[in-house]
Amino acid sequence: MNPFDYHRAEDAAGAAALVADNPAAAFLAGGTNLVDRMKLGVTAPDTLVDITHLPMDEVEELPEGGLRIGANVRNSEAAAHPLVRTRYPVLSQALLSGASGQLRNAATTGGNLLQRTRCVYFQDLSTPCNKREPGSGCSALEGYQRYHAVFGASPDCVATHPSDMAVALAALDAQAVVQDAAAERRIPVSRLHRLPGEAPERDTVLAHGDLITAVELPAMPMAARARYRKIRDRASFAFALVSAAAAMELAEDGTVADARIALGGVAHKPWRARLAEEALIGAAATGHDFAAAAEAELAEARPLPGNTFKLPLVRAAITTTLGEVADGVRGRGAGPDQGEGER
Amino acid sequence: MEADITLTVDGRPRALRVDTRTTLLDALREHLDNTAPKKGCDHGQCGSCTVLLSGRRVVSCLILAAAADGAEVTTAAGLGDEAAPHPLQQAFVEHDGLQCGYCTPGQVCSAAGVLDEAAAGWPSAATPPDDLAEGSAPVLTDAEIRERMSGNLCRCGAYAGIVAAVGDAARAHAPAESGGNR
Amino acid sequence: MTTTRAATATGTGPRRADGPRKAAGTAPYAYEYPVADLAYIAPVQATVARGRVLEVDASDAEAVEGVLTVLWHANAPRLEPDPDLSGLQRAAELAVLQSGEVAYRGQVVAAVVAETFEAAHQAAAQVTVRYEQFPHDVDLSDQRSDAVAPEEDHRQGDTAGAEPADVVVEHTYTTAMQHNNPMEPHSTVAHFDGAALTLYESTQGVHEVRRTVAAIAGLDPRSVHVIAPYVGGGFGSKGPLHAPTALATLAAMALPGRSVKLALTRRQMFALVGYRSPTLQRVRLTADAQGRLSGIDVVATVQSSALADFVEQAALPSKSMYAAPNRRMGHRAVHLDAPVPTWMRAPGECPGMFGPEVAMDELAWSCGLDPIELRLRNEPDRDPHTHKPFSSRNLAACLHEGARRFGWDGRAPVSAARTENGWRVGLGVAASTYPVVPPPSGSRARIRYEGEGVYVVSLGAADIGTGAWTALTQVAADALGAPLERVRVRLGDTTLPEASLAGGSTGLASWGSTVHAAAEAFRARHGQAPEPGAEAEADLPDNPDGDDFAMFAYGAQFAEVRVHEATGEVRVPRLLGVFAAGRIVNSRTARSQFLGGMTMGLSMALHEESVVDGRFGHVVNADFAEYHIAANADVEDIQAHWIDEEDPHVNPLGAKGIGEIGIVGTAAAVANAAYHATGVRVRSLPVRLDDFVGA
Repeated sequence: MNPFDYHRAEDAAGAAALVADNPAAAFLAGGTNLVDRMKLGVTAPDTLVDITHLPMDEVEELPEGGLRIGANVRNSEAAAHPLVRTRYPVLSQALLSGASGQLRNAATTGGNLLQRTRCVYFQDLSTPCNKREPGSGCSALEGYQRYHAVFGASPDCVATHPSDMAVALAALDAQAVVQDAAAERRIPVSRLHRLPGEAPERDTVLAHGDLITAVELPAMPMAARARYRKIRDRASFAFALVSAAAAMELAEDGTVADARIALGGVAHKPWRARLAEEALIGAAATGHDFAAAAEAELAEARPLPGNTFKLPLVRAAITTTLGEVADGVRGRGAGPDQGEGER
Repeated sequence: MEADITLTVDGRPRALRVDTRTTLLDALREHLDNTAPKKGCDHGQCGSCTVLLSGRRVVSCLILAAAADGAEVTTAAGLGDEAAPHPLQQAFVEHDGLQCGYCTPGQVCSAAGVLDEAAAGWPSAATPPDDLAEGSAPVLTDAEIRERMSGNLCRCGAYAGIVAAVGDAARAHAPAESGGNR
Repeated sequence: MTTTRAATATGTGPRRADGPRKAAGTAPYAYEYPVADLAYIAPVQATVARGRVLEVDASDAEAVEGVLTVLWHANAPRLEPDPDLSGLQRAAELAVLQSGEVAYRGQVVAAVVAETFEAAHQAAAQVTVRYEQFPHDVDLSDQRSDAVAPEEDHRQGDTAGAEPADVVVEHTYTTAMQHNNPMEPHSTVAHFDGAALTLYESTQGVHEVRRTVAAIAGLDPRSVHVIAPYVGGGFGSKGPLHAPTALATLAAMALPGRSVKLALTRRQMFALVGYRSPTLQRVRLTADAQGRLSGIDVVATVQSSALADFVEQAALPSKSMYAAPNRRMGHRAVHLDAPVPTWMRAPGECPGMFGPEVAMDELAWSCGLDPIELRLRNEPDRDPHTHKPFSSRNLAACLHEGARRFGWDGRAPVSAARTENGWRVGLGVAASTYPVVPPPSGSRARIRYEGEGVYVVSLGAADIGTGAWTALTQVAADALGAPLERVRVRLGDTTLPEASLAGGSTGLASWGSTVHAAAEAFRARHGQAPEPGAEAEADLPDNPDGDDFAMFAYGAQFAEVRVHEATGEVRVPRLLGVFAAGRIVNSRTARSQFLGGMTMGLSMALHEESVVDGRFGHVVNADFAEYHIAANADVEDIQAHWIDEEDPHVNPLGAKGIGEIGIVGTAAAVANAAYHATGVRVRSLPVRLDDFVGA
């Protein structure tokens, strides 16, 4: 790790300016991914601006029934917050399925969004990686692909975004509140992260120095019955192979009036499954319809030789999560998939 | 680059100058002679370095010492010692929830955090979704303990004893609740 | 606890002697000794898998503040390795920085020593190494013509002559490359004071370290002091010495008077301290319609290293496991541009019982037999390999007892029969075995009476988490007729009498028998009322029965597996093992040993796979986020039981080893249960959702 200067930021705009002015500066929040990358040599800032003492650590109600979660709210606090649990349990579930208790106590809302891929080649300086070193090549294209993308990848990068939280936020139409040196703006979480295209070194649409100060969740009644399902190899403390966040609202005739589906572990960004959502609207909300919705989304899938198994997993993630949501919406309580401790 | 910081470690105020790159873990182990937190992976993936930072369990390998300036740190050695062990430490020994012992101080600190988090009503991924959504307080069943302790890897495979030890301590910690259904 | 009479100590379950220190975090491990004038070592690893280091440019690294030296083959102190270094020590692996040859990716090609940890690691990243790169070969396959048979195949009868058979099971079964990954990284603190070398070392045997370091560094073994009372696990990888210890010794030579410290990073442990070879096991079983085996043919292809040889003995356990007139067991080794494999918990038996025990399950299904009954029908009355009688063999009792405890009788006789809440449920069984390895000679123990009823027992053994410390206390208390509380055991230091390595599950048999002998010698010399300061020593006694019997421990492993109907996720809600391992000295720590082995077996079954990227030549999933080991949530209801077994032949304690048998057979039981749950036969570890989703 290279030496660096350490500053404690006094205010958000000042922090943004400090980083914006120095291409080699970085914000430090919980540090659970940044310090990890610095040890690996993947990231080598010469200045760290510690934002954890900025007053961005509250969960507040918004006027129309939404919630604002400060960027410094720790993942564990967000997951345990009574308003998050009751209004957006899918967000609590997603947060709690990520990392470990210790990491969730340090990791922040903003930092979780901006964590970087865990692609083994990205993290290994001895191998080529376009994201780490543009133009060097993508080692994963013909390498180890278990955790890699099946949607929206490019010949330059097949990495996935590792966050669980961001998947739930994408489904919930959340917006990131972004501060730069001059002003504040809002970006939908589903459009915050990019697809790799020809510039995989850029994870998000943010400019250097942009600081996420909060995440805002709009009021969404169907979110109270939304659910998150994470499929992984280890029973806990493992990144998703595939995950799904889903919300659904049924009309009086039992057909689907509205739906939100986002997938994790499948793309360079939390993957909003809009084709599946469209296919669901007006459908009868049966297992058959859920499978058809999954197929609609899978039409866009382009698996790699080493992760073709993710296609049936996507299908399973969508159908089981929608099934669970439908059971809840219809008042049947927990679906068959709710064995204790088996998530 | 260096930083002058103060930490309260196991109840004792300590002032030191650290390289800004020094992690809280290395500050404790290499500069303050407190080797209760262990370095197992140095990347937050094993939990051996778990300490309580201002009362919350964290992996000290990913926290920069400079960023922890002013904080209160409790290590396993601060929870109890051989002469006066913490109930969790006693329970780990009683249930043989350890073998080589290298992950153990981290397990003990993590367990202390688990008890506090459960007492504060925090849910986990093992909490049934409807209970989670209703905001009800969790009961530390074995499934809950296993999930909550999964950030602490044990290569010797002492998990069964660890779960029993934490379960015992949980029942003592919250005598009103029955807990541990398996 | 009240005072325990010595005669009752063995067989009870006193708490782990070192438990309170470990739980409080006050037990010091190798890296943690307070030493003066310390300096930190950071290795630089090869980024080619085969080649030659042409030049190391250390100028940037040397410019980093606090850097003391940058070592590489042109400037490193010379080692004088004994080419005939005995036993499992591989001289070539230990010839660190002695030449520019690169034999595997990740090999140490340079090292920085600096005043601080941060400076050492910063500088190591700034060392530039220029290579001449050669083509490399890391692809293991059982189709390679250059595979060599390291010894003649073991043959009895004619496996080809076992035809015609009513039933033939013939498949290839594979186990993954695994890394030992003890929680404590391999660590060394080395200090030269004149010609005297002190090493604080994480090791399974201090005397082995002394012998090896003295041999490679040209030192008098008496001038090497190795200290290791607490060791954070080893599982074989801290048995034979590896390159990092040699590197620390070199750095200490380069900086006399300084205490140099090295702890590997987790990532480095995937290249520098050995691993379990992947295995490809061609298994062919032939039997009559009643399931009686006529032939067993097991050929295991494994990888070794071009640098030094180590052949995983995966075909070995089949030699003695089941009766069959026609038998062949053989190994084929492919020498790759890869690090040298090493022991990993139950080397040979652990991977080697996977293929045959899954094949036995397949045979049971083919014959329409219960897999327990199939195994009972093939019980040999003598060791099929040596024809010697078994000192004791209670596999059948383990199977019966396990079936009773596990509720085997209710198992559906068809596969894919049971679904609960969206999970397919199945039960499986497999047998396990581990030999009673003859303890290496040379162990010695000393007993000294301190007065006030206190005895001190000294030997240079290692407790790497096995519970040896506690069990040896019990053995000594019993043999001396002293209360447990009055016996103090000292171990883990070369100033104590020599003791063999903690390996091969020999610890208690070896050290326990030695302590037992020392106690008898003490009483013979000093009687029941010794003077303070009275001492006696004894060597490990010979076993008069050693050549007359085949000696093995046995076990039966039962698993309940759930496979999710939609996602294919695999979970193991129940694991139960019953073992016959002679006399159990400490019920508490023995249970932990069995459970720990089973847990690692579960981890092997579901998770562990080191992925080598052939283009680069190294393991790419080299951390705990990607190389999964079982987490707490993976291990649900897990139980270990044992049957009372009297075996007068194995050693004076009647104890067989227990450190390894727990891992043997677990993975096969899981795979067999997964088949029962789903009807999908998985012959390749790990068993993961890809095997089932969409199947």
